[in-house]
Amino acid sequence: MVLVYLDQADQQIKKASIEALSYGAAIAKQLGCTTEALVLGTTQEDLTSLGMHGANKVHQLKNDALNFLDVKVHATLVAAAAKKINATVVVFAHNINGKAIAPAVAVRLGAGIVTGACSLPNTSNGFEVTKTVFSGKAFASIKIETPIKVIAINQNSFGLVAYNNSATLEMIDLPIPTASIKITKVEKIEGEIPLTEANLVVSGGRGLKGPENWGILLDLAKALGAATACSRPVSDSDWRPHHEHVGQTGIQIAPNLYIAIGISGAIQHLAGVNRSKTIVVINKDPEAPFFKAADYGVVGDAFDIVPKLTAAVLKAKTN
Amino acid sequence: MKILVCISKTPDTTAKIAFIEGNTKFDESGVQWIINPYDEWYALVRAIELKEKDPATLIHLVTVGGVDAEPIIRKALALGGDEAIRIDSNSNDSFTVAAQIAAVAKEGAYDLIFTGKETIDYNSACIGSMLSALLDLPFISMANHFELNGNTATVKREIESGEETCEANLPLIVSCQKGMAEQRIPNMRGIMAARTKPLKIVAPSSTTATTSISKFDLPPAKSGVKLIDPENMDELVRLLKEEAKVI
Ligand SMILES: Cc1cc2nc3c(=O)[nH]c(=O)nc-3n(C[C@H](O)[C@H](O)[C@H](O)COP(=O)(O)OP(=O)(O)OC[C@H]3O[C@@H](n4cnc5c(N)ncnc54)[C@H](O)[C@@H]3O)c2cc1C
Ligand SMILES: Nc1ncnc2c1ncn2[C@@H]1O[C@H](COP(=O)(O)O)[C@@H](O)[C@H]1O
Repeated sequence: MVLVYLDQADQQIKKASIEALSYGAAIAKQLGCTTEALVLGTTQEDLTSLGMHGANKVHQLKNDALNFLDVKVHATLVAAAAKKINATVVVFAHNINGKAIAPAVAVRLGAGIVTGACSLPNTSNGFEVTKTVFSGKAFASIKIETPIKVIAINQNSFGLVAYNNSATLEMIDLPIPTASIKITKVEKIEGEIPLTEANLVVSGGRGLKGPENWGILLDLAKALGAATACSRPVSDSDWRPHHEHVGQTGIQIAPNLYIAIGISGAIQHLAGVNRSKTIVVINKDPEAPFFKAADYGVVGDAFDIVPKLTAAVLKAKTN
Repeated sequence: MKILVCISKTPDTTAKIAFIEGNTKFDESGVQWIINPYDEWYALVRAIELKEKDPATLIHLVTVGGVDAEPIIRKALALGGDEAIRIDSNSNDSFTVAAQIAAVAKEGAYDLIFTGKETIDYNSACIGSMLSALLDLPFISMANHFELNGNTATVKREIESGEETCEANLPLIVSCQKGMAEQRIPNMRGIMAARTKPLKIVAPSSTTATTSISKFDLPPAKSGVKLIDPENMDELVRLLKEEAKVI
């Protein structure tokens, strides 16, 4: 049986977890078993509708003390649930919560783990899963040698799949360990699309010269409904907030579209964005290394091109 | 206060990624090795800052690696640790690495264990979380801010839509990322001092690996960039819609 852990924020199952569910259901199909999901905490959603993303059964431990992540508590509970329902494969999203809990769950289950997975398992010779390594510059096939397997699947690498399962909802009863941390404050970035969840990302580099010039980039992002990102020197100079910094030492993202404006394409920057499906580069230097990693390129002055691109996006929308 | 900082060795961020022996091994020829940036810039430097505030603090560094990890751990000592422990194992299996560190951590009875957010070569992001299960300690991941007040730590961590502030009592495990501290460069005094700082070599305890790497692959090369006339942004929008199908 495949168990998928579904994490939530603000009482909503995260998109990355829904994708993990689609992925878990595909593994279950491969192994000829059922897909069950586990939700810790309370949600506002109709959990039986998760059937359309592949669940046969959803287990919920309804307790609002579990709505915020406490790794020790959550990992203990996920491992206990996996044991109780005899899961042989436990799937997580490789997002912030998944990264924090999955390895601890693996230890508690005596299971081997692959994080950052990007393929369905190959079961022709054991159980092998491909993952991204070297910050997206290569892949490794990892053989899991234990009877129970834990996999954390990269965001936006499997996609959402429609299933027509009907899921039943069952309350699961497990003793909740005492809290090991206390959450004292939650600060949300208002009105912005979280970078790691965004399908479209518009990103700026030192080529934009200064924070006062970001308006053209924000206009483009708004026209597209995209999240915004930046290169490291930009956030180091406080032109943009630190959470926008993508790259080897920042956030790694894999949106469907990444538009890089005035970014040279240093290897450390590419390491954070090279898993994007489509890359557009706007740079005045035709020799900028980023063009080698791009699908579409525009050579020219960003101050001239970006407003034109925004206008073209808006025009296409109204047509 | 005793802090354990987990230090791993990774290829330099500009290293050429290539594989040998039928794509089963990373090609190390010509590769420069560095301290994993998250371990150096954030975990270690934050530990050093805590020691600067409270000189009674002891910082121990631990690395799981062969003799070729020694220059890396010496460099970390030059930045500021008091003592280093190298566990003599070349394992790539996260569980094996975590189990080795857990054994050292148990023996040292540390108040605080710092790891990096992830290594930049295998990108596993596993060790901190695994240590929390092995040692049954609280774990706060992807921290970008850390303050200590007596026995209580106040930590800020990244969440998808912002930031959370949490409090936890020591002993505690924290994985560190950008924001924790400012990068430092080792100075001559530190480098000289590091030569005589104790570096203990410990034999690995026996564990069974849970995973193994069977092969590596490089991503298929991009087919080449399609250049668009800067005067024709309608064409770019059309391609993104109709060809790439991303908007
Ligand atoms: C260990 C390490 C880790 C690192 N980690 C990261 C990381 O995580 N993320 C990251 O981004 N960097 C990282 N870096 C830094 C990286 O090496 C580069 O220095 C950085 O990415 C460069 O940022 P940039 O492209 O914005 O600036 P630059 O390299 O200065 O490039 C600016 C670009 O803008 C173009 N330009 C200028 N004017 C215009 C105009 N009017 N219109 C259009 N284009 C214009 C120029 O042609 C140029 O290509 C790291 C470096 C190291 C050593
Ligand atoms: N071989 C190792 N020796 C010591 N610490 C390690 C080792 N590998 C990983 N770590 C620590 O664990 C963190 C996360 O690594 P990983 O889980 O391998 O991505 C790193 O940033 C280090 O702090």
